[in-house]
Amino acid sequence: MKKASILMSLGPLFLLGLYVFPLWKIMLGAPQYPDPLGLNIHINGLKGVNEFDIQNIDGLNHYIGMHTLPKAEDMWEFGTFPTIIGIMVALGVLIGLLGYFNKVSYKWFLGWFFLMSIMGILGMYDFNEWLVDYGTDLDPNAIMKLTNPDGTPMTYKPPLLGHVKMLNFDVTSLPALGAWLMFVGMTLTLIAGFLGWKNLKKLKSPA
Amino acid sequence: MKIHNYLMMSIGAALMLVSCGQQNQSSNGALSSSAAEKVYVAPGEQDEFYAFLSGGYSGNLTVYGLPSGRMFKEIPVFSQFPTSGYGYSEETKPMLNTSHGFVPWDDAHHPDISQTNGELDGRWIFINGNNTPRIARINLSTFETEEIIEVPNSAGNHSSSFITENTEYVVAGTRFSVPIPQRDMPINEYKSNFKGSLSFISVDPEHGHLDLKFQLLMPGFNYDLSHPGRGKSHGWFFFTTYNTEEAHTLQEVNASQNDKDFIAAVNWKKIEEYVNNGGGTKMPTNYAHNVYDESTHMATTTMKKEVLTVDPLKVPGAVYFLPTPKSPHGCDVDPTGQYIIGNGKLSADLTVHSFDKMIAAIEGEKFDGEAYGIPILKFEDVLAGQVKSGGLGPLHTEFDGKGNAYTTFFISSEVVKWQLGTWEVIDRKPTYYSVGHLMIPGGNSRKPFGKYVVAMNKITKDRYLPTGPEMEHSAQIYDISGEKMELIYDFPTHGEPHYAAGCPAELLAPKSKKIYRLDENKHPYAVTSPTGSKVVREGNEVHVYMSTIRSHFTPDNIEGIKVGDKVYFHITNHEQDFDVPHGFAMIGQNSSELLIMPGQTKTSVWEPKQVGVWPFYCTDFCSALHQEMQGYVRVSPANSNVELKWSLGE
Repeated sequence: MKKASILMSLGPLFLLGLYVFPLWKIMLGAPQYPDPLGLNIHINGLKGVNEFDIQNIDGLNHYIGMHTLPKAEDMWEFGTFPTIIGIMVALGVLIGLLGYFNKVSYKWFLGWFFLMSIMGILGMYDFNEWLVDYGTDLDPNAIMKLTNPDGTPMTYKPPLLGHVKMLNFDVTSLPALGAWLMFVGMTLTLIAGFLGWKNLKKLKSPA
Repeated sequence: MKIHNYLMMSIGAALMLVSCGQQNQSSNGALSSSAAEKVYVAPGEQDEFYAFLSGGYSGNLTVYGLPSGRMFKEIPVFSQFPTSGYGYSEETKPMLNTSHGFVPWDDAHHPDISQTNGELDGRWIFINGNNTPRIARINLSTFETEEIIEVPNSAGNHSSSFITENTEYVVAGTRFSVPIPQRDMPINEYKSNFKGSLSFISVDPEHGHLDLKFQLLMPGFNYDLSHPGRGKSHGWFFFTTYNTEEAHTLQEVNASQNDKDFIAAVNWKKIEEYVNNGGGTKMPTNYAHNVYDESTHMATTTMKKEVLTVDPLKVPGAVYFLPTPKSPHGCDVDPTGQYIIGNGKLSADLTVHSFDKMIAAIEGEKFDGEAYGIPILKFEDVLAGQVKSGGLGPLHTEFDGKGNAYTTFFISSEVVKWQLGTWEVIDRKPTYYSVGHLMIPGGNSRKPFGKYVVAMNKITKDRYLPTGPEMEHSAQIYDISGEKMELIYDFPTHGEPHYAAGCPAELLAPKSKKIYRLDENKHPYAVTSPTGSKVVREGNEVHVYMSTIRSHFTPDNIEGIKVGDKVYFHITNHEQDFDVPHGFAMIGQNSSELLIMPGQTKTSVWEPKQVGVWPFYCTDFCSALHQEMQGYVRVSPANSNVELKWSLGE
């Protein structure tokens, strides 16, 4: 149980990477953008991969009537996410410590993992909702109003994960370093839960 | 008809046989690659070297790639350039100020890239204006002219603009000798009254700013070309002279009488020490110093009123003459600094002087008389060797860093490769036609990149499709990586290149600027956010603070302008994206367009003469909505009281 508890305390610390590294990255490349434009999504706001990318993405998107990219203060998520992550890290480390002193069982470890997973899924859902809104809520006076072959207005939702060809742009959306660190951290807590469970089985089994 | 066809075919077959035979003779075997492969830079790929070719009478500097011969840019230097508005915009007009007023043109000759420890460092490139003597400095991260300094007491600024091996000085020598200071006197009293000035312009190591440190007043010869000593001869500068006869008319004949002219060896370190200790005479003069500031996007002119002159006789041991046959043109120093080559343009041979022998002769005081008090060294004492080339009319030599030299021969129209030390000719290849100068990247530094040589010719004739009597000049690229030179490409150049400088692409490409930062724009009339746009009237001057971004001007409707107003359009490009310039042109404007780079501010003046509603538009195809990027100015009669207003999207 000691080993499991140490892992449990360690895992959530990986989430601290989210305060430094982006969670998600969307890259936009086109023939005339051999150096693609890029958007780093941090838990506390959006940043260009290169200094002027946000301005240049907004500049291009105004032709098709998309909103400008939100500033940190424009979305509640950017205020809330850092707090939630902070609480989850503290909680995780605390559970690990309590486990170390045998105050809580491995079930708490798994509990933290599932809570974090649910929050992650909710976060992804929320992110996708924003992508839908961003890509479909278009200015009716847009300069270029394009239609799909079936006559419906063309929309520009970037993919949540993977690659989509959008007009002249190749849009690729992938988890970034912050997310990968989070996955590693969460996996450690899952392993901690598993070790705790195995340890318990060993204790219970007649020696 | 049939017979005719057979005849043609058999002639064709014969020609093929002949040409195959020749090819086998000249190639180094079946594996040697073809010329086409050597110069082919595939779409999307980039060249190995930058080449900066002077534009001669275009007044500008052109940028090419090697080995492809593709032209990338024309950098406006001494000539107005309506393409970008250089010399037309309010910001850049001061660049062309001189003591003679605004001079919108010059004859740009000899570019030279800045060096550190005798190796190219790629910070700046310098070039001389020959006609109204000037030296320009071009920034090699923006590829824009940043500074032009006029050279007083000079006329025909030809033995310029060559730099010392740590870019301590850019050196500018006069071609014409003239009365110094200028005065009203009979031309036929030239002899012993006229003087030739050699100017040493210091270069600030951090910002590159130029300062005319001192001017050496030499005998009234013509100073043709020059090059710095390097390595062991660092601290010396060498100038070829002609017209040591001091003829003032029909120089064609009268300046070609002496069997030998001189190479003037100048110990500039000694003179520097002399002036640093208070030596020299201050002479009143008048010359312009024009500096462009990248943060204000604006040039200013300062008129300087004094120059420090040095009489060579006052600095013992500072100047010697090396007798050199036949009106030498190029004066070239090999990468080790040991050999000084005089390209005697009226002879078949090259004269090579030895730096070590020169020092020994000076120390031994083995003089062969003097000229105006300057000691003449004995020809035989300083001679290292002569290249018996078999060519005619040597003009200029560069080096490959592997012990070989390459000399152009104007009259026999060829490049000759020869070996330093043995003076033996290794190879010769024709040029098309009448080659002037040649260039090997780094070929006049301690570290040449001896892969290609570019020969710049004076005569084109039949090389390309004819374009009437006037044609661009031709240039040829030779592969010099092997024992024998191989002609691999032929391309037209712009203007008349008199010389060139080249460097490896990786020295410049990574630091080439993509945009100017808007948040560093210190132009007094810049608008850094669209809400800052406004129109301000001051008497009959109207200042329009305008911004541009794809695809509109802010403002794009202006009313309240009157006939007789002087309207300044100060336009700031708000783009911060690579390669998105915007243009500006106003109907009926007595000026050029502007081409404004991202983050930059430029100003154009319009003096409306007619009542009406007059359009302006973006001249650079900036975006899909470029054609919509336009606006109107309402011009009312001079006595009207139409309110001054401006708007966008109202």
